[in-house]
Formats: sequence, C-alpha cells, structure tokens
Amino acid sequence: MELFWFIIIAVVMAIFFILDGYDFGAGIIHLFFAKKEDDKVVIAKTAGLFWDANEVWFVVAGGLLFMAFPTYYASVFSGFYLPLMIILWLMIFRAIGLEFRGQFKYQMWKDLWDKVFGISSLLLAFFFGVGLGNVVRGVNLGSVENGVSLYEPHYFFLPLWNSDFSPLVTHPGIFDFFTIIIGVISVLTLAIHGANWIIFKTNSSINDKLKSTIFIMNIFLFVGSLISLNFWRNLNNDFFNNFWDKPYLLVFPVLFFVGVIGQFFIKKFKKDYYGFIFSTLTILGGITSTLASLFPVILPSRNNVNPDLTIYNMAVEGDGLSMALGWGIVGIILMAIYAIVRLKLTKGKVDDMDYGH
Amino acid sequence: MEDIIFYDRIQFAFTITFHYIFPQLTMGLSLLIVFFKWKFLRSKIEKYNNAAKFLMKIFAINFTMGVITGIPMEFQFGTNWAKFSELTGGIIGQTLAMEGMFSFFLESSFLALFIFGEKLMGQKLHFLTGLLVFIGSWASGYLILATNSWMQHPVGFEILENGKYVLNNFSELFGNPWLLPSFLHNQMASMVTSSFVVASIGAFYILRGKQVEYGKMFLKTGVIFGLISANLVAFPTGDWNAKNVVKYQPAAFAAMEGIFETEEAGSEIVLVGQPNMVEKKLDNKIAVPNVLSFLTYQNWNKQIKGMDEFSKEELPTNIPGLYYSYHIMVGLGTIFIGLMTFAAFLLWRKKLFTNKAILWSIMSIVPLTYIANLAGWYTAELGRQPYLVYGYLKTVDGVSPTVSSGNTLFTLLGFIGLYILLGLLFLLLVGKTINDGPTSKAH
Repeated sequence: MELFWFIIIAVVMAIFFILDGYDFGAGIIHLFFAKKEDDKVVIAKTAGLFWDANEVWFVVAGGLLFMAFPTYYASVFSGFYLPLMIILWLMIFRAIGLEFRGQFKYQMWKDLWDKVFGISSLLLAFFFGVGLGNVVRGVNLGSVENGVSLYEPHYFFLPLWNSDFSPLVTHPGIFDFFTIIIGVISVLTLAIHGANWIIFKTNSSINDKLKSTIFIMNIFLFVGSLISLNFWRNLNNDFFNNFWDKPYLLVFPVLFFVGVIGQFFIKKFKKDYYGFIFSTLTILGGITSTLASLFPVILPSRNNVNPDLTIYNMAVEGDGLSMALGWGIVGIILMAIYAIVRLKLTKGKVDDMDYGH
Repeated sequence: MEDIIFYDRIQFAFTITFHYIFPQLTMGLSLLIVFFKWKFLRSKIEKYNNAAKFLMKIFAINFTMGVITGIPMEFQFGTNWAKFSELTGGIIGQTLAMEGMFSFFLESSFLALFIFGEKLMGQKLHFLTGLLVFIGSWASGYLILATNSWMQHPVGFEILENGKYVLNNFSELFGNPWLLPSFLHNQMASMVTSSFVVASIGAFYILRGKQVEYGKMFLKTGVIFGLISANLVAFPTGDWNAKNVVKYQPAAFAAMEGIFETEEAGSEIVLVGQPNMVEKKLDNKIAVPNVLSFLTYQNWNKQIKGMDEFSKEELPTNIPGLYYSYHIMVGLGTIFIGLMTFAAFLLWRKKLFTNKAILWSIMSIVPLTYIANLAGWYTAELGRQPYLVYGYLKTVDGVSPTVSSGNTLFTLLGFIGLYILLGLLFLLLVGKTINDGPTSKAH
C-alpha cells in the first residue's frame, strides 16, 4: 500500500514538473531570448494560458503526500522551511508577472512584469533543482551534534548554506556544490523543455534560433549530468545498487539519456513537437531514476545516529491508506480526464488564442 | 510575547485571512453566474449571457488570487505546524487531499473551459461548465469545512500509543454533526458577500450613468439574492451553529456572548459592551434580560454557563478578541438584513433605481460583508483555542519543533510585504474590469 501511494505521488510530481516545467522554461527563454514585442507576448501566452492548471498538480501532489506520508510531510516541510517559503514567494511573483503584464499598454509596465516573470521562472527552476539535490544528498536528521540528537530522529532544520559549501559534511546547508549543480541542471533541463514548448505551440520569430540554443544548452546538460553523477557517487557509493538488483529499473536512466541524446538531433526534427517529447523524457527519466536509485529511502540521513527516512517508516499508520484507495482511484481517473479534455481544447498554436481573463 | 508560537499563529492568521478574501467571493459568485447563464438559456436575451461572462471575469481574477494565496496555506501545515501534521495527517490529510484532487481540479479545469470554450461547445455545454465550476467551488468549501469541523469537534478516530491520530471511521468524518451547519452557514455568508458585490456593481453603474441597463439587472439580482442569503445566514444556519457551540464548546460560547458570571435563571443577551478582563465584567453594557436563554434553548429561564464555571485551561486564550469577532459578525449581519429588506421594499415599490441614498449605501457597504465573513471565521477559530483539535491537542503542541520564531518572523514579514503588493494589484485589476463593464470587448 505504501508502494502504491508512493508511485502515485511520484507520477503526480513528475507530471507537475513536465507541465509546469515548460512554463518555467518558457519564462527562462522569455528572459534571455525574447526581444521583439510580438515574441514576448506569444511566449508569455504559452505560459499564461496554462500555468494555473499546471500548478493544480502541485497542490494535489502536496495533498497526497500529506495524506499518505504525514510524518515525512511534517519533517521535510519544516526542515526545508526557508527554501520552501522562497519558492512560494517566487510562485506568487511569477503569477503576478503573468497575470498583470497585459493589463495596461504602457511599455514600462510590460517590461517590469516581463522581468518579474522571467526572473522568478529562472529562480524557481533553480530552487526546485536545489531541492531535489537536497533530497538526494540527505540531511543531518535529528540535528545531531556530538553524537546526540537535538530533536526527534526525523526532524531537522537546514540553514541556507554553510561556510564551506561542501556536500560531504554531516550537516550541510541547502546550497552546496552538489545541490547547486543539480539546480543548474534543472535550469538547463527546463529551459530546453520550455524552448521546445515554444517551438511546439507558437509561430514566434525566434523558433529557428531556439533550436541552436537548445543544442548548446543540451551539451551543457549532458556534461553537467555526468559531473553530477560523479558527485553523487562520492556522496553515496551504493547509488547504483537498486539498478543491479532490479535491472528493469534501468528503464528510467535509459529514458533520461534517450531524452538528452535525442535532443541533439533537434535541427533534423520534422514535426514541431518531437523536441518536446524528448525533453519530456528527460524530465520523466531524471525524476524517476533519482527516486529509483534512492528507493525505498526518501530522505537519506547524513549521520550515523538516526536512520534514513523511507516510505515504510514514514507512511501513515492505521487503515488510512486503504480507506483513501477508493476515492484516490476515482480522483486519478478524473484528473486524467480533465487533463485530456483540456489538452484537446488547447491543441494547436497559441498565437491566435484568446488570452487573458 | 508570552509564547513561542506567537509568530506562527500570526502568520497563519494573516495568510488565511488574506486568502479567504477570494474564495468567499468565488463560491457565491459561481452560483450567480450559473443563474445568469440559466436566465440566458431560457430567455435567449444576450445581456444575461454578457452578465454571466462578465462576472466570470471577476471570478477568474479572484480564483487566480485564491490559488496563489492558497498554496501557502497547504504548505504551512507542514512548514509551521509540523507536529500537528505528523500527528493528525492521517485524518485531515484525507480531506485536504480530496479537496485538491476533486474540487480544485474540477474548478480550475472547467473555469478554463467556460472562459475559452463558449463557441466550441455551444450554449448548453457552456452552461454545464459553469455549473461544474459552481459544484467544484462548493465541494472545495465542503472539504475544507470537513477538515475544520474535525478540528472543532473531532470524530471517527482513535489515538495510538505513540500519540498519532488515525481514522477508523471514514463516514463519521463526513457525518460530523458540526459539519453540515457550519458548511451551510459558511456558504450563505459567501452568498451574502457575492450578492452584495453584484448589487454594488449595479448601484455603481446606475449612479455613474453608464451601462445603466446592466446596472439595474445586477442591482435587482443582487438585492434579491442578498435578502435571501442575509436572512438564511442568521436563521436557521447561524442558529444551528450557535447551538453546536453551546453543546460542544460551552466555554467558547460563554466567551463569545460575554457572560462572565452565570446568572441564576435565564441569561441576558449582550448587544454592546467592552470586556474588562481585570474586573471580569463588561463595561458600558447594554443587554436584554433572558433573551439568550430563549434563543439557545427556547426557554426564557434556562441557565447558561458563564466563564466562571470553567477553569483557565478550558477557556479560550483571547476572550476579548473572540467576543468582538462574534459581536461584529452578528451586528453587521443585522445591518445587512435591514439594508436588503429596505432595498427589496423599494424594488417592489419600483423606487430602488432612483433612490440615491440607498444606491450609495449598497455600493459602499461591500467591505463590511468581507469583514463579517472574516469575523465569523475568527469567532470559530478563536473559540477553538487553546486547542488545535478541540479537547485533545493543544495549539502549542502542534508547532514545528525545529523552526525558530526568528525564521517565522522573517517569513511573516515577507508575506506581509508581498500581500500588500498583491492586494494593491488585485484592486487595480478588479477596479479596471468593473470600470470597463460587461459590454467591454477588451481583455
């Protein structure tokens, strides 16, 4: 039952990153590459039409995590207090940028909210990557000092950084060399994803240029992934064990590399959506291989005193998970139906769609 | 401040107060939108359709604000109230997850369809999407109220040896005697806000002399819905809630009503007065003898327990705050009934559209409906103190063990700054939309 809900939550999270990922990415592209007003409008539109429906997946993932793994929810949310609050603020800023840009015709008004939208998208992509990096690296569970836990074994609190930015110490901060690399990888991944989304959904004048940009970013992504794998090996020598034990899990890293390598052929793609499919595979593969590598751990401990948090020691007690099964399955089916209906309704390029509510 | 949880409580109170400005409008407004769309389907008069679409624009702005201020609410259960989440997540996690999965998803998907899909779907399906938005938003309210009701009056659970609360009866969670009265009361209060907003927009259009035709339509509809909901919010729904409070939280009831000392026979009802916590009495009191006993028990002489009957641990922590919230809610509710009754009388006598004094009153009273709604929620939440789960889990025991109050103050200041900006932009955008009016083709 724990495993079932873990998979459901992982799928919902992955869908959130794939969906909201493209509008984060569109924001990043908007910030650096959109110069003409027409392009700015249409790129803002590719995010503005969809962001709120995409963030619903975030809310659902949070709700399900709360329901199925309340102790984990409590531990992680309070432990990562500062970065989560910053993520919330960035999400609010981004929404403001998108919703208010088109309200007045003054150039400076538009410029202001364009920058707010772009910068908050960039920082969000970075912060989500850093967050994932933190979960992979692990934290000082129980805030152990001199062999003694200051809190219950599953509670902790992370400062934003430590003086040496090293991931290898027992009490790292939110930002260290490893998590920053993951953050950069996240920015590159989502920027590529967003650029592909723009190519897929618009007729903007920069589409051809974006293909070269994607190619270059993809080189950095490829190299960055290899560097991070090397880092990861230093952090945790067993990180590949799950894949040796259960070789079918290898499908996840394969997805990731198919996505990255396929992306190199961006200029040869005949259809506008091919690139988007490959970047979707990259995100899907990246998240699933990370979770598969850690499994069943969902937050490693960086000290020898307190054990790792796993889906088994974090799951809700009693019959709650079985009780939730009935409505959970109905809910998942409904969510899938809504998503498909919405996709159908918004198919095609967004250039001519009615924007702004 | 006396306690370590001060900033956590203020942050939650501040962010939920700001958040609830938006859903309280959208829940009621969705019903009015369905009403206008239905009128259009029956009459085929285009202005009803324009009215529905115009109100949906206002709905959408509020919905967006509700989404971006709602995510911090979900987060704060984990970030600031970690111990509470850990202990009771097995129960309130169910209702909150269902809220996201069913109602929030329904609302956001069909809102988009309503806005973008009119031509594609045809009028009947367009009506249906509006109806689904309404169902989604009310279901959302229902599930949030189910969560809150469990905290006010916990049922269907057991406590394990390790202190965790687990659900052992799913249907009891939704059959909670606290739930239905508070849901209906809350929805009627939401109807008050939205009817008053619609009436106020109408009064504004009539007074400024532009789009007067729409103004009359909005005013008429707003007044009729406002009259009905302002009455229903007091009786029977408010009455049911009060009876629940007497039954399940008698200490909170005594504090709400400002009864410091138990009276020999029937209890008086306090209309005005300021709690004096030093001398344990009300200053400048105006009260009517025996009425409270009659309202509560339909018996003029039945005794009601005063605060002197309860120990300090059982009493709410902020007695004056609770007393004022309750009296502000009731006082404003009474004013709303009076104003709408008078307006409905003028409507019947066909004098409403020309009476400037009443038009100005209706236009200006809108902020008070928001205050009344929030005061109602303050009454419920302050009355629950000092508990998170009434009678079982103290608020002080639910806070995150590792988040220091310095960090919470930092994020509280951040939220205050950000929400002031957000509030200003919201007013700008809503003001612009209302100013453009239903005939505007601009986006």
